[in-house]
Amino acid sequence: MMQKKAIQGKKHATNLVETIMLSLFKDTFTSQVKTLYQVFMHAFVKADTVEYPEEQPYMFPRWRGRIILSRDPDGEERCVACNLCACACPVDCIALQKAETEDGRWYPEFFRINFSRCIMCGFCEEACPTNAIQLTPDFEMAEYIRQDMVWEKEDLLINGTGKYHDYNFYRVAGMAIKGKGKGMAQNEAPPVNVKSLLP
Amino acid sequence: MTFEVGSGLSIGSILFTVIIVAAMLIWVERRLLSLWQERLGPNRVGPFGLLQVVADMIKIFTKEDWVPPFADKLSFVLAPTVIMIVILLSFAVVPFAPGVGVIDSNIGVLFVLAMASLGAYSVMLGGLASDNKYALLGSLRAAAQMVSYEVFMGISLLGVVALAGSFNLREIVLAQEGVWYVIPQFVGFVIFLIAGIAESHRLPFDIPEAEQEIVAGYHTEYSGMKFGMFFVGEYLGLVLISSLITVLFFGGWMGPFLPPIIWFVIKASLFIAFFILLRAAIPRPRYDQLMTFGWLVLLPLSLLNLMVTGAIILSMQ
Amino acid sequence: MAKIVIDGKTYEVNPANNLLQECLSQGLDLPYFCWHPCMGSVGACRQCAVKQFRNAEDTKGALVMACMTPANDGAIISIEDPQAQKFRAQVIESLMISHPHDCPVCEEGGECHLQDMTQMSGHNYRRYDKKKVTHNNQYLGPFINHEMNRCITCYRCVRFYDDYAGGTDLSAQASHHHVYFGRHEEGVLESEFSGNLVEVCPTGVFTDKVFSEHYSRKWDLQTAPSVCVGCAVGCNTTPGERYGSLRRIVNRYNSEVNGYFLCDRGRFGFEFVNSDERIREAQHVVNGSSSPLTDAQVKSVFAELKSAQAIGIGSPRASNEANYALRCLVGEENFYAGMSAAEFDCVQLHIQLARDPAFHIPSVREIEQADAVLILGEDVTNVAPRIALALRQSVRNKAKELAAACKIPQWQDAAVRELAQRQNSPLCVLSPYATRLDDIASDCVIDSYAVLTNVAYAIASAIAPAAPEAKPARERAELVQRVAAQLLSARRPLIIAGSSGGAVMLRAAANIAKALQGSRHSPVDLCILAQEVNSVGLGMLAGSGQNLSAALARIARGAESRAIVLENDLFLRAEHGAVAAAIDKLEQLVVVDHIATATTQRADYLVPSTAFSEHEATYINYEGRAQLSYQVNRCHSQAQPAWRWLHTQSDMHVANLVDRCAAEAAGFAGLQAVLPDTSQFIAGMKIPRQSHRYSGRTAMKANLNVHEPKQAVDTESPMAFSMEGIPSQKNASILGAAWAPQWNSNQSISKFQAEVNGELKQGSVGALLLQKQAASGGFFSHDLLARPASNDGLQLAIAYQIFGSDELSARSPAIRERMTAPYISLSPADARSRGLAQGDEVAIADTKFTATVCIRSRMQDGTAALYCGANEIDQFSLPTQVELSKTGFNSARGMRGLIVSDLHEEGY
Repeated sequence: MMQKKAIQGKKHATNLVETIMLSLFKDTFTSQVKTLYQVFMHAFVKADTVEYPEEQPYMFPRWRGRIILSRDPDGEERCVACNLCACACPVDCIALQKAETEDGRWYPEFFRINFSRCIMCGFCEEACPTNAIQLTPDFEMAEYIRQDMVWEKEDLLINGTGKYHDYNFYRVAGMAIKGKGKGMAQNEAPPVNVKSLLP
Repeated sequence: MTFEVGSGLSIGSILFTVIIVAAMLIWVERRLLSLWQERLGPNRVGPFGLLQVVADMIKIFTKEDWVPPFADKLSFVLAPTVIMIVILLSFAVVPFAPGVGVIDSNIGVLFVLAMASLGAYSVMLGGLASDNKYALLGSLRAAAQMVSYEVFMGISLLGVVALAGSFNLREIVLAQEGVWYVIPQFVGFVIFLIAGIAESHRLPFDIPEAEQEIVAGYHTEYSGMKFGMFFVGEYLGLVLISSLITVLFFGGWMGPFLPPIIWFVIKASLFIAFFILLRAAIPRPRYDQLMTFGWLVLLPLSLLNLMVTGAIILSMQ
Repeated sequence: MAKIVIDGKTYEVNPANNLLQECLSQGLDLPYFCWHPCMGSVGACRQCAVKQFRNAEDTKGALVMACMTPANDGAIISIEDPQAQKFRAQVIESLMISHPHDCPVCEEGGECHLQDMTQMSGHNYRRYDKKKVTHNNQYLGPFINHEMNRCITCYRCVRFYDDYAGGTDLSAQASHHHVYFGRHEEGVLESEFSGNLVEVCPTGVFTDKVFSEHYSRKWDLQTAPSVCVGCAVGCNTTPGERYGSLRRIVNRYNSEVNGYFLCDRGRFGFEFVNSDERIREAQHVVNGSSSPLTDAQVKSVFAELKSAQAIGIGSPRASNEANYALRCLVGEENFYAGMSAAEFDCVQLHIQLARDPAFHIPSVREIEQADAVLILGEDVTNVAPRIALALRQSVRNKAKELAAACKIPQWQDAAVRELAQRQNSPLCVLSPYATRLDDIASDCVIDSYAVLTNVAYAIASAIAPAAPEAKPARERAELVQRVAAQLLSARRPLIIAGSSGGAVMLRAAANIAKALQGSRHSPVDLCILAQEVNSVGLGMLAGSGQNLSAALARIARGAESRAIVLENDLFLRAEHGAVAAAIDKLEQLVVVDHIATATTQRADYLVPSTAFSEHEATYINYEGRAQLSYQVNRCHSQAQPAWRWLHTQSDMHVANLVDRCAAEAAGFAGLQAVLPDTSQFIAGMKIPRQSHRYSGRTAMKANLNVHEPKQAVDTESPMAFSMEGIPSQKNASILGAAWAPQWNSNQSISKFQAEVNGELKQGSVGALLLQKQAASGGFFSHDLLARPASNDGLQLAIAYQIFGSDELSARSPAIRERMTAPYISLSPADARSRGLAQGDEVAIADTKFTATVCIRSRMQDGTAALYCGANEIDQFSLPTQVELSKTGFNSARGMRGLIVSDLHEEGY
C-alpha cells in the first residue's frame, strides 16, 4: 500500500514538470501567440458601433424601455391595483394604492414609478396578471432634474392596449362589475338559484 | 543652452514628454483596445477624441479629494506619489538618443532595478493604509508578485550586461552596433518582457487589482488625483518597460535614415502597442499560476540563459 | 407519547391527536382545508390524504385522510408517496373547478390558504373546460365582504360561526355543487365574532370590508406585535400600517389569551387612529383662540407643573408607562385614577381578590376548561367578548366528557357534537337583562341588581352554611340549590363577575368562590372583568380612595388650581355638571390625549400623544397579565408618547421606564419580564417590521422628494422600521407577522407553535403581576342593595354594547354603522302599563335625556336597562329609579341594527 502511494507520488512529481513544460510550449507558443494574432487581425474589421444620436437604431417591439399603463379594449384602465408589479420590482420603485369604483372595479388611486430607480428589468410586466403594465421601446428618458423622473399615473396611462390587444381581465375573472354580473364572465354558468331543489 | 545629457533643457523636456506621453496613453490605449474589439472608442471630445485626456484631467483634478476616515492618513497620501517618483527617477538613466538623457550612470541597469523594487512600497503602503480588506489582499498580491518577478527580471538582464560588459545603458546601446541583443539574448528578452509586464502589473498580470475578485485591489479606496497618480504611474511604467526593451534588446536609437530619437520613439511605441494588444487578447491567469510560472519556469530558464551566455562568452575569450 | 413513522422517519407524537395535527406539529408540510386547530376535524375536503401502511412489510398501503386518522402508536404513513401526492393534486383540481380567476382583485390574495395549498399540491393548470358554477353575493354588513364564487365548500365558516361562536344567521344552503354559505337573506351578520370568518375562511369568500377600503397586500403592511385596547381581556393583535395609516388588525396567536380569535370590536375598532379627530399639534388655548406650541414650550409647561403642585388624573385607557410617568410628575399623593368612585372601588377589590390565595383568576384558555360557570350580573358578550367566546367552549366540556366515556377522540368534531346533542355543562347567568349567552345557559335569572345580589349571596350560603345567609324569593330557592349543587360537583367551577353590578356583586362572587374553596381546598377560578384595557394597571398605580370623585372634590374645594388629565375624557366618568364645575375652577388644565374629546375642548394646554399603534407600551389585563405592545409605525405629527411628554428626563427609553416602574411602583415587580431578551438576536440585528417582500420603498415618498430619506431608526425597541435585520422565523417572541416558506396565510402560525394549539416557540405570553399575598379573612358581610322604597319607578341598570360603549372604537366608521342610539329596555307589561310601543322615544323623567323604547319579552317587570349610547346620556346623573314619559316620536333610527335575542314581537 505504502509503496503504491510512493510510486504515485513520484509519478505525480514527474507529471507536474511534464505538465508545466508542455503547457509552456503548447499554450505559450501556440495558443497565446495565435490569440494575439487573431485579436490583432480585428484591427482590419469594420467597427460595430452605431453612432447614436446621429444614427437612430431600430428598436425592437419587445425592447424593455419606458413603462406605460395600458387600457383594455373597452377603453377602461386595465390596472386592477393587485400590487404584484410592486412586489416583483427588485428596486421597489413602484408604489400604488388600491381603490374601488362604484361599479366594483379595482383601480389604482395613485400609481407612481420612480424611474430614477427603475432598472428596466421588465419583472413588473411579467408579474402583471392583466397586461396593464408594459415596457415600450422608448428609452430617451433622461432629465436634468431627478425629481422629473418620478412619474405618476397621469404620465404613465396611455389611451390604448399597448402590445396586447384583446385581453380584458374582467371578462375572464368571476368578479361582478357594472354591466357584467355573476355568471357572465368567460366560461361561467348563470348564478345558482340556492332555493331551487333541481340539480 | 545646449541640448546635452544632463542639461536643464534635456531634463525638463524629458520629464515633460514622458508625463505627457503617459497621459496621452490613456487615450491611445482606449482607442487601440476599441480598434481590436471592433468599436470606435473615445471620439467625441476634440478631433479623434484627442481632447479626451484633457476632459479626463479636468474631471480627475476637480474630483473630491477623499481620504477615508479609517485610513492611515500619511501613508495613504504618500503611497501614490512614491510610484510616480520612482518611475520618473528610472527614466533618468534611459538613453533616448545621443545627447538626450539625464545622466549616464555606470550602474544604470542596477539603478533601474533598484527603482523598480522601490515601486513595490507604493502599492504595499497604499493597500495597508486603506485599511480595507480588498486593498490589503491587493497589496499582498502586489508585494509577492513584484518581489518575485524582480528576481527573474534582474537575472534575465545579466546576459545582456555580460555581452556588453557594462551596466551603463548608453554603452549597452552602443555595444549593439553590430547585432541587436534580441538575437543572442532571445530567451532573456522573452523573460524580461514577461517580467516587465508583471513588474508593472499591467494586464494580463494585473492580479493585484483584479476587479472581478478584489474590487480594485490596492487602490480600492483611492479617488481623485491620488487615484490618478496610481493610474498615470502605471502608464509611466508601461513607457519605461518599453523604453528599456528598446534600449536593452533592440539597439536603442540606432537605425538608418531617420534621426535617432525618431527611431527610439518608433521602437518604444511598437512595444507599447504590443502591451496594449496583450491586454486586449490574453486573459488574466490565476494568482497561483502566476507564481508557479515564475518560480518553476522563468527562474530556471533565466538561470540557464545566464549560464549558457557565460559559457559562450568564456569559450570565445 | 406514541411513536409513528412518517416517510421513513420516526417521530414522537401525542396519540390523543389526529395525524394531520401531529404532522403539522412536527413541522411537516401537509395540505389541508377543513381542519382547524380549534374546531377539530370533519373530513370534508379530502385534501390531507396520506398513505398508511399496515406494517413494515406492507408496500401497498391505503389512502387515509390524515385529519380523520388517530396518531396511533406504531402507525406507518407516507406524505410523499406518489399515489397520495397524485390524489391530493386531483382533489385540489376538483376543488378549483369553479374558482373564478380573480386573485388579482381578491383581498385574500397573497395570504390565501387556497393559494398556498394549490401550490403545495402541485396543481397549476385548469384542464376542466366546462362552465363554472357561480353564485350571487350577499350584503353582510359593514365588516365583511362576501364573494361566494371563491368557495371551496370546506364548511369552516359555518363550523366556526354556528358551532364555535354560537351564531344563528349563517348557514350552508342548497346541495351538491350548489352549496352556498350565507344568510337566509341579505343583512348584517349578527355575531360579535363575524370578523373571524376572514381568518377562518381559507379562501376569499369572506374578506375584511374595512381593510378593503384602504387595501394593501399582506407583504406591504408594516406590522408589529400589539395588544388590543378595546377591553380588559388584552387580546394579542397584529396591526398593519401602510402609507402612514393603520390598515387593519388581525389576530396574533397567544395560547393563554385569545388563541386564534378576536371579537369584532377589536378587529374593526382601530380606525380612531386614522381619524380626523386626532390631535396633531400642541396648543395653548386662551379665551377660545389657540396658538401652537413648540416641543420645548410643552416641556417647559410640564417642568413648571412639576415644581408647582398639580393634580394628575390618569386613565384606564393609557399605558402603564404614561400613568406611571404622570404619577412621577405630580407625586403619588396628587395622582388620581380617572375612574368613577364606583368603578375604582371595583378595580381595587378586583386587585385585592386577585391577590387572595383562595382564588385563581383564570386566563381565557383556562376559562374554556371550566365545567360549571356562574355569571354574576355581567353581560360578558358586550363587556369582554372574547371571554364570551371562551364560555361557549366551556359548556362543551360536557360533550367532551361524554365523548371520552365513549372513547371518541376530541378532535372528531362531528361525532362529539352528534353524541352530545344539546347537552351542555351548566352555565348560569344572573343579569338585569337577557344576554347573548342565554342560548347556552342552563339557568337565567333576569332581575334587578338588588335581587341578583340576593340570589348570589343565597348561592354562597347554600354552598357553605358559614357564608352570610340570604333569603331569595321562594320561586328562586330551587334554582339556588341547583346552581350550588352544580358548582359543588364540578371539576373546575368558574365564577364570573364584573364591575357592572358594582362592588357588591364582586363581594358576592368572592363569597361564592370562597364557599367553593372551603370544600375543595384548592384555589377556585374567579374571573373578574374590568372595563378597559388598563383598568387593572391604573388601579395598581393609584392609591386607595384616589378616584376621580376625590379629585373633582379637591378641585372644587379650591385646593388646587392646576390639573393634568392624561388620555381621559372626564365627562365619561363622572356627572357632567360636576366635571364642568371643577374644570371651571381650574386656572390651568393640561390635557394630554391623542383624540379630541369633550375634555380636550376645555383644555388650556392641549398636548398631542400617540395612539396605541404609535408607541411601545405595556398594559395589564383583567387577570393581572402585563403584556408588551410594540410600536407599529411612526406618527408623523408633533405627537409623542404621553410618557415622553410627562417624563422630565430626556434620554428615557420605554425599556428604562418599564424597569423603573417595575422597581419603584408597588406591585409592578416582574413587569420587566415582558421586555424581549435582545441578547438572543442574531448578530445583534434588529427584527424588521416590514416583510422581505415589502414593496415601494423607493417610490412611496418619491412624489415629495426623489431623494429617499434615511430609514427611520427605532431607538426604543429591538424592531426596525424597515426590511433590514433578521425576521424572527423561528423565534416567535417578536412575531411581526406569521409567515413561513410556502405558508403565506395566517395558517403559518403552526410553524411557530411548539405544538399545534400550544405555546409559541420561545414566545412570551406576558407576565402575571398580581402575586398572591397572605390569605384574607372569611366571607364578606351581607351588604344587600337597598330594596326600592316605592314601586313607582323602574329599577335602572346600565347596559353595555360591544359597539358603542367603548370610547375609542366608537370612532371607527364601520363600528359606527353597527351602533345604536340610546335605548331603554322594558318588559312588555311595563310598556303596556305606560302606553309605550316598540321604538317609541321616551324622555327619562327628571332629566333632559331621551331614549328609544325597546320592549324585551324576558325583562323583569319593574326593571329597565338603559344603553347610554356613546356618552349621549350622562349615566352618572341618573337616579337608580326612573320613570318614563313618551315624547311622541317613534324614532326611526333608534333600534336599527340592535341585536338582542328576546325582542318583543308584538306591535313592532
